[in-house]
Amino acid sequence: MGFAGRIAGSSLLFGYVSGVFAQDAPSRFNLQHPVTRIASEIYSMHTLMLIICLVIFIAVFGVMFWSVFHHRKSRGAVAANFHENTAVEIAWTVIPVLILLGMAWPATKTVIAMKDTSNPDITIKATGYQWKWGYDYLQGEGEGIRFLSGLSTPRTQISGAEAKGESYLLEVDNPVVVPVGKKIRVLVTAADVIHSWWMPAFGVKQDAIPGFIRDTWFTADKEGIYRGNCAELCGKDHGFMPIEVHVVSADKYTEWVASQQAQATSASAEDTREWALAELVERGGKVFAANCAACHQADGKGLPPVFPALDGSPVVAGDKAGQIEVVLKGRAGTAMAAFGSQLSDAEIAAVITYTRNAWGNKSGEAVQPADVIAGR
Amino acid sequence: MTTLTHDRIGAHPPHAHGPTGLMRWVTTTNHKDIGTMYLIFSFMMFLSGGVMALTIRAELFQPGLQVVQPEFFNQLTTMHGLVMVFGAIMPAFVGFANWMIPLMIGASDMAFARMNNWSFWLLPPAAILLLGSFFVPGGATAAGWTLYAPLSVQMGMGMDMAIFAIHIMGVSSIMGAINIVVTVLNMRAPGMNMMRMPLFCWTWLITAYLLIAVMPVLAGAVTMILTDRHFGTSFFNAAGGGDPVMYQHIFWFFGHPEVYIMILPAFGIISQVIPTFSRKPLFGYASMVYATSSIAILSFSVWAHHMFATGMPAAGQLFFMYATMLIAVPTGVKVFNWVATMWRGSLSFETPMLWATGFLLVFTIGGFTGLICAIAPIDIQLQDTYYVVAHFHYVLVAGSLFALFAGAYYWLPKWTGHMPSEFLGKLHFWCSIVFFNITFFPMHFLGLAGMPRRIPDYALQFADFNAMASIGAFGFGLSQLIFLVVVLKCIRGGKKAEAQSWEGAEGLEWTVPSPAPHHTFEDAPVLAKA
Repeated sequence: MGFAGRIAGSSLLFGYVSGVFAQDAPSRFNLQHPVTRIASEIYSMHTLMLIICLVIFIAVFGVMFWSVFHHRKSRGAVAANFHENTAVEIAWTVIPVLILLGMAWPATKTVIAMKDTSNPDITIKATGYQWKWGYDYLQGEGEGIRFLSGLSTPRTQISGAEAKGESYLLEVDNPVVVPVGKKIRVLVTAADVIHSWWMPAFGVKQDAIPGFIRDTWFTADKEGIYRGNCAELCGKDHGFMPIEVHVVSADKYTEWVASQQAQATSASAEDTREWALAELVERGGKVFAANCAACHQADGKGLPPVFPALDGSPVVAGDKAGQIEVVLKGRAGTAMAAFGSQLSDAEIAAVITYTRNAWGNKSGEAVQPADVIAGR
Repeated sequence: MTTLTHDRIGAHPPHAHGPTGLMRWVTTTNHKDIGTMYLIFSFMMFLSGGVMALTIRAELFQPGLQVVQPEFFNQLTTMHGLVMVFGAIMPAFVGFANWMIPLMIGASDMAFARMNNWSFWLLPPAAILLLGSFFVPGGATAAGWTLYAPLSVQMGMGMDMAIFAIHIMGVSSIMGAINIVVTVLNMRAPGMNMMRMPLFCWTWLITAYLLIAVMPVLAGAVTMILTDRHFGTSFFNAAGGGDPVMYQHIFWFFGHPEVYIMILPAFGIISQVIPTFSRKPLFGYASMVYATSSIAILSFSVWAHHMFATGMPAAGQLFFMYATMLIAVPTGVKVFNWVATMWRGSLSFETPMLWATGFLLVFTIGGFTGLICAIAPIDIQLQDTYYVVAHFHYVLVAGSLFALFAGAYYWLPKWTGHMPSEFLGKLHFWCSIVFFNITFFPMHFLGLAGMPRRIPDYALQFADFNAMASIGAFGFGLSQLIFLVVVLKCIRGGKKAEAQSWEGAEGLEWTVPSPAPHHTFEDAPVLAKA
């Protein structure tokens, strides 16, 4: 953890803090326990900076409090009349510059290391959506895997109807899985507004900018489950789009890749077959809860005027081609996202069928994956 | 020239004011009346912004959603920022400038008295637009006070109201700034050369230049959002050839000088108060002037340190990191000068000095956390967390606001003719500084441990410090009502203030009676040779 970290570790305050909270418990007073080289460098650099700042603070305010107690009028202090001293003034301009140079040196080395995204073992694209993350494994073992990852904490825990779980607001339905000790390059982008992919234990935070791709990297040295959040205000549910990364052994990673690929095969079969109405509504209810309910609400009433109601909506009551168009391509200038790139044909067909047969909407009509393919 | 001035003033009876009652305030061109209106306006906005802050803290008292829903929560954080920055802190400093600059440089009024009236009266309509946006369909803007595109393009009509409010407040600020520049440069009493000016006038002169330079930039940024929203342009939309990050560059080119706009006049007030109660001249006057100018110039080349997480190239990160670290040097010089002013002085701790000493201590903590945030790799961890929230409240509350209180207690005798209550003033100070630290100190820990800012609900390991911060916030909020009582009592009566209200006070403002008569320095004062 570097020289500064060791000084801090041995000092009383930090000894207390790290003694009370074991390594894997969530951090409460300091940066999270680092599991990458970059995060360790940041951790030590912060400790070093904190110590330097504390020393200066104590020195300067030691002088001030000496004055406060000893140079009081009530203690008979008579004011001196000096008001400048060139030597002192030069000293307290030059010495801080030297201290700053000392701080800038390690920081510069880390900045350059953080930017080195060359030669990754695996490349993953992370796309920010309002309000979930989408992941595509683009290169390396697991290439071709893609999934959406959203908050899995039940709404009942948030409203207080149910006791809050241990990983409250920091748990997702489909976590990112990566092998330990491999260099992972993350391409970060967004589909609607700016988000930010932040994993504190890795020392990685990269804004996800719609229309642009930025990259960052990490090599996790320790297996485990690591949790982070979206770090850029992205609208209503900004606080509810966590990031969860599972760092696993190479063997477990290979197993996971195989299971994901098997799922993908069965999912593509779904897109080509004909579905029964009840089957579509049941599947659509799940898709709706995961992707639509945040804005349009579970009861379909929405939050007008920003998030319109679907219950009784003319779009939902109208021709199915019109609704397929909106769901696939979104509505420009509003929060309605283009789900064509996020959901499969079967999922879109199911969720449209659900909205056309839920609440007060009773069309009795089934929208098939083939209809969605025609609309693409 | 002197005779001419005298004749013109002599043509009016000495107390012939214009209209009385409400119309006096609407039509006034008197710098003292306008200063008073600015101060009252900013205090009202301070209380409105405070109510929003307390609603935010009430929601964050416990994990889970109890008080407000996420959409409204985002409106509150956004509006709290806009109201405090543009409604409370900035107009309060303009109020101080209006009241004190003519008195400090021996001028009879501000240079453009009618424009002065107009620059104040633009503010209430802007405030109505801003606060009124809560009540329109879709509510107020919820895009954060930085109004980042493309999120701000998604908002309802509350966003348009905020844009127009910002336009109007910007016009007001620019006019106020021009007025201050011209007054300071042209209307100083004979013999008061630039390097004899009180430091408050110097810091405001530099601030006014910053305002003139950057307010139009902000107006441009929000106008581009307006046209992206309604007129089909794509300044910040990549699909149309624009770039969302360009908004951030433009915004922070305004935004970073803006933070110095909010702190340099505070430095000026502190530089008046500390020598008075140390009974000793300000240490390093010339270096204070140079340090203030350096900060102002450097402030134009550090904006992208707010954007380290956007993914700029290493060269960009390094440049903005070095430039930002450099600001610590002149800021350090200022703190050292204030401490050296106190060194071997004859100190007494009346209320204004308590606030100034508190400012020095707590503002410096904010300065150090700023330095830590300047280090790009550390900032990657801290960007958009509660650490940043703690940092900017240490510089804006413990910095700007505490300095404003120091100045208010210092000059209240001059404004009202009565000494403010020492007991209540000290109570106000001690409650404020204790509750301030209970509120904001734990936020450093929250940010380090990984709590993002602008979230209405949080993971369970953050619960204890959030509860503590919420309790502190309510204590801090209620403590500010003490100030209201002090001011009202001070207006109604109290110990009569002398012309020189504080023993060690020096400067032209202490040569006129307390309260300062409606018209002062109709004849320019004569300064003794330096």
